[in-house]
Amino acid sequence: MTCVHLLLTLVFAVSLGTPVEIQRPRGVPLTSIQFYVENKPFTCLDGSRTISFDRVNDDYCDCKDGSDEPGTAACPNGSFHCTNAGYRPMFIPSSRINDGICDCCDTTDEYNSGAKCENTCKELGRKEREVLQKMAEITKEGFLLKQHLIEEAKKGQQEKQSKVTDMQGNKKQLDEKVEVLRTVKETAEQPEKEAKERHLKAWEEQKAAIRLEKDKAKMAEAFLELDDNADGFVSVSELQSHAELDADADGTLTETEAQGLMGGAEQVDTSTFESVWPNIKDKYHSEVSREEADMSCLVSSEVPFGQKVFFLEKTVVKLSAQKARDDFEEAEKALREMDDQIRNIEKELSFDFGPDAEFTYLYSQCYELTTGEYIYRLCPFNRVSQKPKYGGSETNLGTWGSWSGPENNKYLLMKYDHGTGCWQGPNRSTTVKLTCGKETVVTSTSEPSRCEYLIEFTTPAVCQEPANTDLSPHDHEEL
Amino acid sequence: TGSSCESWDVKLLQVSTFAVDRGNFKTCDQSAFCKRQRALKPGQSPYRALLETLELSDSRLTLQLINDNNKVHLLLELYRLQGNMTRVKINELKPLRPRFEVPDVLIAEPPTEPLSVLSKDDNGVVLSLGAKNQRLIVSARPFRLDIMQGPEVLLSLNSRGLLAFEHLRLHKDTDKEEDGLWEETFKSHTDTKPNGPTSISLDFSLPGVEHVYGIPEHADDLKLKTTDGGDPYRLYNLDVFQYELYNPMALYGSIPVMLAHNTQRTMGIFWLNAAETWVDISSNTMLDFVQGSSEKPQTDVRWISESGIIDVFIMLGPKPSDVFSQYASLTGTQSFPPLASLGYHQCRWNYNDQEDVKSVDQGFDQHDIPYDFIWLDIEHADGKRYFTWDPHKFPQPKEMLQGLMDKRRKMVAIVDPHIRVDSGYKIHNEITSKDFYVKNKDGRNYEGWCWPGNSGYPDFTKPEMRAWWSSMFAYDQYEGSMENLFTWNDMNEPSVFNGPEVTMHKDALHGKWEHRDIHNIYGLYVQMATAEGQTQRSGGVERPFVLTRAFFAGSQRYGAVWTGDNAAEWDHLKISIPMCLSLGLVGVSFCGADVGGFFKNPSTELLVRWYQTGAYQPFFRAHAHLDTTRREPWLFGPENTALIREVIRQRYALLPYWYQLLYQAHKTGMPVMRPLWVDYPKDTATFTIDDEFLIGSDLLVHPVTEEGSRGVTAYLPGAGEVWYDVHTFQKHNGAQNLYIPVTLSSIPVFQRGGSIIPRKDRVRRSSACMENDPYTLYVALSPKKFAEGELYIDDGHSLNYDTKKEFIHRSLTFANNALTSSNLCPDCNFLTSSWIEKVLILGASKPSKVLLKMDGKETPVDFEFDTSMSVLTLRKPGMNAGADWTLLLQ
Repeated sequence: MTCVHLLLTLVFAVSLGTPVEIQRPRGVPLTSIQFYVENKPFTCLDGSRTISFDRVNDDYCDCKDGSDEPGTAACPNGSFHCTNAGYRPMFIPSSRINDGICDCCDTTDEYNSGAKCENTCKELGRKEREVLQKMAEITKEGFLLKQHLIEEAKKGQQEKQSKVTDMQGNKKQLDEKVEVLRTVKETAEQPEKEAKERHLKAWEEQKAAIRLEKDKAKMAEAFLELDDNADGFVSVSELQSHAELDADADGTLTETEAQGLMGGAEQVDTSTFESVWPNIKDKYHSEVSREEADMSCLVSSEVPFGQKVFFLEKTVVKLSAQKARDDFEEAEKALREMDDQIRNIEKELSFDFGPDAEFTYLYSQCYELTTGEYIYRLCPFNRVSQKPKYGGSETNLGTWGSWSGPENNKYLLMKYDHGTGCWQGPNRSTTVKLTCGKETVVTSTSEPSRCEYLIEFTTPAVCQEPANTDLSPHDHEEL
Repeated sequence: TGSSCESWDVKLLQVSTFAVDRGNFKTCDQSAFCKRQRALKPGQSPYRALLETLELSDSRLTLQLINDNNKVHLLLELYRLQGNMTRVKINELKPLRPRFEVPDVLIAEPPTEPLSVLSKDDNGVVLSLGAKNQRLIVSARPFRLDIMQGPEVLLSLNSRGLLAFEHLRLHKDTDKEEDGLWEETFKSHTDTKPNGPTSISLDFSLPGVEHVYGIPEHADDLKLKTTDGGDPYRLYNLDVFQYELYNPMALYGSIPVMLAHNTQRTMGIFWLNAAETWVDISSNTMLDFVQGSSEKPQTDVRWISESGIIDVFIMLGPKPSDVFSQYASLTGTQSFPPLASLGYHQCRWNYNDQEDVKSVDQGFDQHDIPYDFIWLDIEHADGKRYFTWDPHKFPQPKEMLQGLMDKRRKMVAIVDPHIRVDSGYKIHNEITSKDFYVKNKDGRNYEGWCWPGNSGYPDFTKPEMRAWWSSMFAYDQYEGSMENLFTWNDMNEPSVFNGPEVTMHKDALHGKWEHRDIHNIYGLYVQMATAEGQTQRSGGVERPFVLTRAFFAGSQRYGAVWTGDNAAEWDHLKISIPMCLSLGLVGVSFCGADVGGFFKNPSTELLVRWYQTGAYQPFFRAHAHLDTTRREPWLFGPENTALIREVIRQRYALLPYWYQLLYQAHKTGMPVMRPLWVDYPKDTATFTIDDEFLIGSDLLVHPVTEEGSRGVTAYLPGAGEVWYDVHTFQKHNGAQNLYIPVTLSSIPVFQRGGSIIPRKDRVRRSSACMENDPYTLYVALSPKKFAEGELYIDDGHSLNYDTKKEFIHRSLTFANNALTSSNLCPDCNFLTSSWIEKVLILGASKPSKVLLKMDGKETPVDFEFDTSMSVLTLRKPGMNAGADWTLLLQ
């Protein structure tokens, strides 16, 4: 059985520094000392039962809440208090008493395990004070910077707000100007339009005349071809030799059909043929092989002349319309630009930049950290990316999603998601953890889970107002 | 790695579907010898025993067999082995070249017993198998063997005429190529077969048997199924990417041992062959000549192997425990692991760097969860060069290990058998210069793709190679290693990404033998050499701990086995039970499955249920794939953290019991995690149960493995027995199906009435921290107010228990209202500072007085009695755990 020390004599000091000896069972904090009165029955702190005092710290668990064994490992749910004079007092689970591992800096948790522990409280206290002091300095300066940021942000926000208001006023004027210029432009464009129409018409007429002439030539040619016996007449039988003219598509051109095509006549001369020609010209196959394209060739080759006339006239008209058009387009472009600007500012104003807009300054900035393999780039409220140091394409680690810190302060974490997809895995995402610092800088990056990145980022914007107490190291200590 | 080593093309094709790509693995039809052998149907055997050639020395009988079709002579050897076993060996009488016989599996040449001829005539010979009226009948025409006990046939060989022995021959042009006799191609891989056809086959009939078990590793039910109309069970160690459940496909390991069980008898068949093997099972009925005309069930089994000889051990039981000790006498027992390795293991592919390891370690302390081992997968090594550390991620391995040691914790780092071909790598250069690599068929070093890229494979079949490998674990060789660093052997099937079926080419050479001959034993050798290295580095003082994925008969001697790359699915949680039960039946007790599932992300409910199941299985390790999200126990909200903490604490409280069971397994071969029928062999209701199991004889566990479960029905065996709920101490009668309502915190566990289980209820942050803590004895009384148990204590890590008898082994008995601790090993010496802090007697009545009798003195002991559950608690009796004492209830 283990040797059990029931009571422990401790040197206790009140704040005046006078040492006083106070006895209490091992592992009991000063705040609970009144419950452990020597030689009086002990009632478990949950009130569940009362036991004789010799069962307190006797290395057997009697109380369900573990309160009878504050100084042994007997109770599974007990806790042990170490005073840790010079550092911070703390509770450890009683399972860490005499487990061979030094947990309390004052070594009191290992009183019977053979573990060689050294009292490190003073050293820890000193280090902690240093850290706290440093932290306090950082917090103090950071908080000042933060105030500055808030001021700037508020100023900027107001500026932007009024700029938007101004711009919206200007935009109205611009809207009107655009409308006026549109009318001017359309008026100026009228002669140009008319000239264009006139010339189009002349051009169409010219084309029609050319087409008619061609048709006539073709007709004459066809007459000569059809007049097989060269008697100056085209007869029904001569027409019948052209089966393609068959109207009912049965493959033959009957006498009646041919006669029908010739308007009931038995034969026609050149001039009467003019009335027959329209009936047959669409289907008529010339006996001599000719290119169908001739007509269009002819037409296009004759274009330049007419066009030249048109262009000349157009240029004259255009000179007057062009200025109106330019003016209009310029005004319209200015309007579009102003719209964009307003939209951008409104978008920026719509972001949640924190309760006091202290994160505003991060907007449209980017911060980089180079590690062994990659360059990480954090553009707050926009995106996070990673690029191999020695060449290669950039990978999107997520675009701005939302603030995602704990309920009491959501502004401690930023979430960026929907980055480039991972092979057989999710889309990449990044959590940015913000801590108080004087500088705005990415301090570390890691990938705790595949394709889930963590970036640590310091900024004055999360620095809390320093507590208005002095940092005396003796505040909560028992020595 | 828990990392599957599939070929690259497979990996790419597998992006969207989660299932094995069956096309990568052969069916029997695609394996030429299996197809040839299976085409042979039961009928008249062409083999005849030449009785005139019978020779009987004291314990060895030889006899020639002739195949009347081709006149090839075989030599049959029969041995009666000590411990009720019969060995049957069949080889060619005069093979063209020697045929492979598997070395290093049997722990020694099995001791024999004399055989005698009882009678002999032209039809056959009757031999006496010693005691118990057992006879072996050799029938001559056709050749057949029957093992009889009294009038009963226990087992017959070649009764269906499926003995087929492909003799070695010269290549003739007349051989048909389509039979795959001299060459076969699977996918893009051609297997040249310079030795031609060499396969063997033999059938066994088991009259009166309906239940057969074993032949792991398959992701299937505990009770083996008939293979009629489907593929046979396959034994061929393979790295199967995303394996499928409930089918006979081969997995990472092979143990060619089958158990047959009925209410009268348990028997075993051990087919000692390391080549690719297929096992057909069919159930039949036969006329029962003893009982008259009634029909009797029968199971017929057929073994087919690609090469080697027939070497079968028939273990005749008759009790389940007899079969376990018979098999243990042949191949050895479970290695006795360091106590810490029975604690909880935290693994992930990968813990990224030293910082990560440190923060996970701290996470356990912050959340007050115990653990003993943190694991590093393949990314820890420098470019997958095992025995090295990534200089950026793990620049100070000793500092990291020291940090863990300060917390009395340990680490495992992976060492796989594929070696990066890299002239800047010491291990590769030494293996090359010593000419230790496996050779391809042309005699050059065999190379294949695995994690590091182009890799060589050390020839672990060579004893000199193994000795060298072991020496690499010395502290001055394995830089950055310390005594709390242990090893994990993965990919040792061996996995070859670009090889046929993701493994080595069968025509690769291990000295004069082909890989074909030795394939299934390669993984065993890797773990053997690694475990030996760990023992050696401590000067033979410390126990090794090595986890392996591939295994063979005998692997139990070298460490733990896990069920490979499973998935975060409810069915995979369920299958972990029959998979480990099957392994336990054939010697491998130290078994576990990746808690949480390796591939994919488990739901929180599945993760919690998996912890609850895994905490009650022998090897308890959480593991996760590289692509999964982090899942350390505290990442799922405080409620789930509490549930996981609670079950890990239950595990730690029971460590004394687990340790004692591993000791028992090590000494006797009894499985630690057992099917119910092992302890209730006459209760047919237990024969197919594989959703609950026993730990030892005394704890029955029915894990909750259904999503959203509100209750489970557990079968409590044992007519006239009682079981106590370990959480509430409520008593239930045996031989009933008990419906148990469950919540997410429930883990149905029962302690057998009649048992005593020692626990350490002061759970601390690692098992080492609990070394000197006191015990609480849980005495669960039988209806006859009796209980017994054991307590085993040693230093938890050294071999001194074996070499110096430094242990305490006590028998605890409750009878006649007295609980007594007596010494089971009087000549042992070990001192413990642990003591007995509490005794709980379940099912007790209230005494008027309790006295402790010790050293001739009697002292009163305080007690409390809980009437509602009849639990008597003895307060702080306080005796040393190694002492003789009696507690008297008056």
